[in-house]
Parts: sequence; structure tokens; C-alpha cells
Amino acid sequence: MVALTPRKRIAPDAVIWLLLGAAYFLIPLAATLIFSLRSNQTGACCTLENYGTILHDPQFWKTIKTSFVISLETIVLTIVLLVPTVYWVHLKLPRLRSVIGFMALVPFVIPPIILVVGLLDVYKGTPTWFYAEPYGFLVAAYVILAFPYMYFSLDNGFRAIDVHTLTEASQSLGARWTTTLVRVILPNIKSAALAGSFLTLAIVMGEFTIASLAVFDTFPIYIQYINQNKAYPSAAVTLLAFAITWAAMLALLWVGRGRRTPVGEGAR
Amino acid sequence: MAGVELKALYRRFGDVTALEGIDLAVASGEFVSFLGPSGCGKTTALRLIAGFDRPTSGRIEIDGKDVTRIPPNKRDIGMVFQAYSLFPNMTAARNVEFGLRVRKQGRGDRRSRSLELLELVGLGDAADRYPHQLSGGMQQRVALARALAIEPRLLLLDEPLSALDAKVRVQLREEIRRIQTRLGITTIYVTHDQEEALSISDRVAVLSKGRIEQIGEPAEIYGAPATPFVAQFVGTMNRIESTVSRDTPGAVDSNGVRLGVAAASGRRPGERVLLLVRPETVELQAAGAENGGLTGEVLTHTFLGSVTRVRVQAGESEWTADVSGERAAALPVGSRVAIRFPADTAKLLTLAEPLEDVPDDQ
Repeated sequence: MVALTPRKRIAPDAVIWLLLGAAYFLIPLAATLIFSLRSNQTGACCTLENYGTILHDPQFWKTIKTSFVISLETIVLTIVLLVPTVYWVHLKLPRLRSVIGFMALVPFVIPPIILVVGLLDVYKGTPTWFYAEPYGFLVAAYVILAFPYMYFSLDNGFRAIDVHTLTEASQSLGARWTTTLVRVILPNIKSAALAGSFLTLAIVMGEFTIASLAVFDTFPIYIQYINQNKAYPSAAVTLLAFAITWAAMLALLWVGRGRRTPVGEGAR
Repeated sequence: MAGVELKALYRRFGDVTALEGIDLAVASGEFVSFLGPSGCGKTTALRLIAGFDRPTSGRIEIDGKDVTRIPPNKRDIGMVFQAYSLFPNMTAARNVEFGLRVRKQGRGDRRSRSLELLELVGLGDAADRYPHQLSGGMQQRVALARALAIEPRLLLLDEPLSALDAKVRVQLREEIRRIQTRLGITTIYVTHDQEEALSISDRVAVLSKGRIEQIGEPAEIYGAPATPFVAQFVGTMNRIESTVSRDTPGAVDSNGVRLGVAAASGRRPGERVLLLVRPETVELQAAGAENGGLTGEVLTHTFLGSVTRVRVQAGESEWTADVSGERAAALPVGSRVAIRFPADTAKLLTLAEPLEDVPDDQ
């Protein structure tokens, strides 16, 4: 299809705007890169020693692993919670859509700093394995933060398919609810679920306030610690974080790829 | 194959009554159409049979067994939907296999069965194509194959052709009938297109406002409509308000003109009736001065291919006649014509209440 559309010349003023936009994103990155290449002792360019410092720091690996596992946990939990919910709402309770859409805005309205205080109070008295572990408490908090991103992605995905007809067709062929959900619905909203997962991953990998106030050692906390203590390595760690998040997203894309996904055209 | 019986089926949505007591028996292997305008309840009835909805009261029996409370996935009913319903993530063959996969059939069996069915609907070479690579007509063929793959007791078709263009529609409906006859599967077909219903059904049930107005063979529905609604909805019909003649047996009076109608003999003189005359039975002739019968003025000509439809204003009533192109050419717009029809082809319906206009379609 792309090949059939005649190639248009890009207008000169569009080029200018494109360059401006690219500069906006690339200059800070480039500046950080240059900064990260200066020696932590002398400030002279150019050395990779800052990267060495970071990569040899066990705390770097430990915190990044923590954050990554928390991200995956959050993604799995939000998908398990939200896919059947959004499916059911689209199928049986379409009037609830506006209510849920409103609820999904709440995490934007309530600042994390307030959220964390409330959550610490709410979960007080829960078992230590939950309350004192990032894999418990933080995941619970991050599911709330991820809710709007995942919800709006899924809502869009479900709107793009004919949920009613697909469900009824599947049922008339003898499928149960679970079979319908797993074999028919899920494959057709996969791109929406993936988009929600990317956003969730990005949020969790960068979330600072809640982790800091609840005193957990996550990757953003580590970045902040380096920032305060080592000027040049902090630039290196920032770039590394950037690269790792991108790599994680590519990995998710790879995991979620279909044998042949007719996304877009197929999922009218 | 199974027979279906609907017993006093009611369905209400809040204040709206969608079905008001449907009673119907479909024999095993029979092809029955539900015909009616939108909102008449035909799709509601089909969804109740499929199990996607529950009746407010009444029973649905398949093969003599009450299935009213059985969920749709346990009913063994094949269904083809109005909207394209193929699973977008599966190829045509995988779509057809789906029901067999749910039934845990082996891969080899599934594959050969799905290819066999795709062959049956004329799509043997499209097995590995995805729905978005198929035309609308092809998608509905695959949907039919998919519904038939599970060897259902009953096949339900909910306006499966309404999204297709005219030529494909005619072709595919003939094919549906051919396959149905070949497999001998009990089929219920919902449509608002009377031509479609009349051309492929063993029997047609005409629905209006949640009730069955008439059920019968296509020729009966067309030739002898039982109610004014059926007369209006099925085919084009001249509907002329008349009174059974008080002094001439076998005649009615309409707008001061006496018309011979065989069906009038035996009716109470003075009874208000609706005279029904099919346009193809109406004859038009240039009116001579000596003519004392029904005359009128030609209003319009509409070319319909094999015939030309001529509308004639006769007094207060308007007549429609389908005549040959040559004849129509001899009767230009504005000319006076005499209107005749054979006395034994016209039908009469008792006119209990004033007529309301029935929508022709959506």
C-alpha cells in the first residue's frame, strides 16, 4: 500500500520544523553524552571511565533488576485485571465506560506524593512480604499509576474491533468465555495491550516519588543517588537508563510479535 | 437435523415489546425466512433461538427439547451474522476450523474438514488468506463454511447479504439455497428484502410489530396476502379502498365506479374492503369516449427493464400497472386511459380500521 502512494516532496518549511523538533530531543541527549565522556577526576574529554564505574557498581545492576521485575509484574497484573474488565464493559455495560474513563483520570489528579501517604496507611498491617518488599507494595501502587495508560490503550483497542459480533460468533461455534477471550479477543487487541505495556514500563522505570517516600531501592532512586554524589557518572547512568528502557521496549515488542499480525487492516 | 418450535415467545426491553407472542414450527430440513421491516422483531427472534438473548416468556424447542435456558455455546447452532464476523487474526481455514478446535478435534481432521467446506462454498483456493484479504462476499462465504463446519442442528442467517452489492447478493443467495438443499439442514433466514425471502424459502413468515402477520409458501404470501400489511410489504400492490356492492353480486364500488371482483360474491353487501390488485395484472388501454368503466390520467412512466411501470390517477385513487414498453409508449403521460383487471385475480381484505402507511423498508 505504501509503495502505491506517490512519493511527495517534503516542503522546505516542514523540514525546518522537523529539524527544530529533532533538535529539541537530540541536543539534551548529545549534551549528556559529551558530559558523560569527561573524566570524573580531571573533567577532561574523552574517556569511558564513567561507564565503567557504573557498570561495575553492583548497586546499578541490583536496582535495575528490581525496577525491571516490578515493571513486568505491574504490566502482567494490569493486563490480567483490565483486559477482562474492559472486555466486559464493552460487551455488557457500555454505559459504565464513561464512569471508568473518569476513574482512570484520578491517578492524574492525585499527586503521587499524596497517593503514597494514603497507600502506606491503607496497607499498614499487611504481611511483611507485601508491605516491606518492592515486589509487593510498589507493584500495588504502580498498578494504580498504570491504570489510566493501560485503560485508555485497551479502550481504543476494543473500540477498533466488533466485540459483540466476534464474541457471538465464537460462542455460536461452541466456545466458552475463557476460550473466546484468549483465542479471539486477546489476539485482536494485542497491539493495544502492547502500547499500554510500553507506557507502563516507561512509567515504572522512571517513577521516583513513591519509591523514595516508601523507602525502596529502585533504579530511579539509584540515579538520583549518583546524581547527587558523582557529577560525570550521573550523565552516564542517565544514558544507560535511556538505552536500557529502549531495549526493554524492543524486547516487549519482540515477545508480543505475531506470526502474522494483520493489525490495523484486519482489526477494522 | 432438527425441527424448531417457538411457543408463545415474548421479549420485552423495558417498555418496548419486541416480540408479542411468536408461535412457529419449523420442520426438519425446512428453509424458513423471517421477513419484515426493521424493528419488526425478526432479529430479536433469531437471537432468542441462537441463545444470545433470553425470552421474557415462552419456550424454544429444538428437536422437541426445551433449549430456552441453554447458553449459546451449548446449542449446536451455526450462525452467519450481518456484520463481517470472521476472526481477523486467523486465516480463512483457521476460522472454519475454530469450532472444531473448540470441540478438540485432531489437527488433520480439522484441516481436511475445513478445506472440504471452503471447497463447498467455492473458496478452496483462499484457505490461507486473512479476512482483510477477502472481499465482503468471500468473507460471508467463509462465515457460512465456518457455521457449517460444526455440523449444527440448525443454521441461522441474520441478513447475511445486506452488506453486499446487488449482483453478489443474488449469486450468493442462490448458493446458500443450493448448499442448504444439499445438506438438508434446517435453516432460518432473516431478511428485510422480500425478493430474497420469496426466492429462496420453503416458507416465509412476515413479521410486523413483534407478531407474525402471515406464514406460508412464497407464492401464497405473494398471491394471497392475509393482511393489509403483508399486501403492502410484499411486492407492489394496488390497494384501493372500496365497498362491496349492494346491488350487483361479485362487484365492489370504488370512487363511484363499479368493478367486477369475483372475491366479492359471498361478502356482506356494504362491507368496507381493501381491493388488492397486482400491477402486473392491470391492463391499460387508451380511453375511448364510449368507455364507462374505470378511467384515469397517466401520471408517470418508470422504466424497469422488462416492463414499464405506469402510475395512473383515477379519481381519488392512484393505480400502478406494469405493462410492456410498447404499450406504455402508446400511453403518454397526461393521456386518458381505461383501467381493467381480471375479476378473478383481485383479492379483498376486510377493512376493520383505517389504513396506516407501512414503511417499505428501513
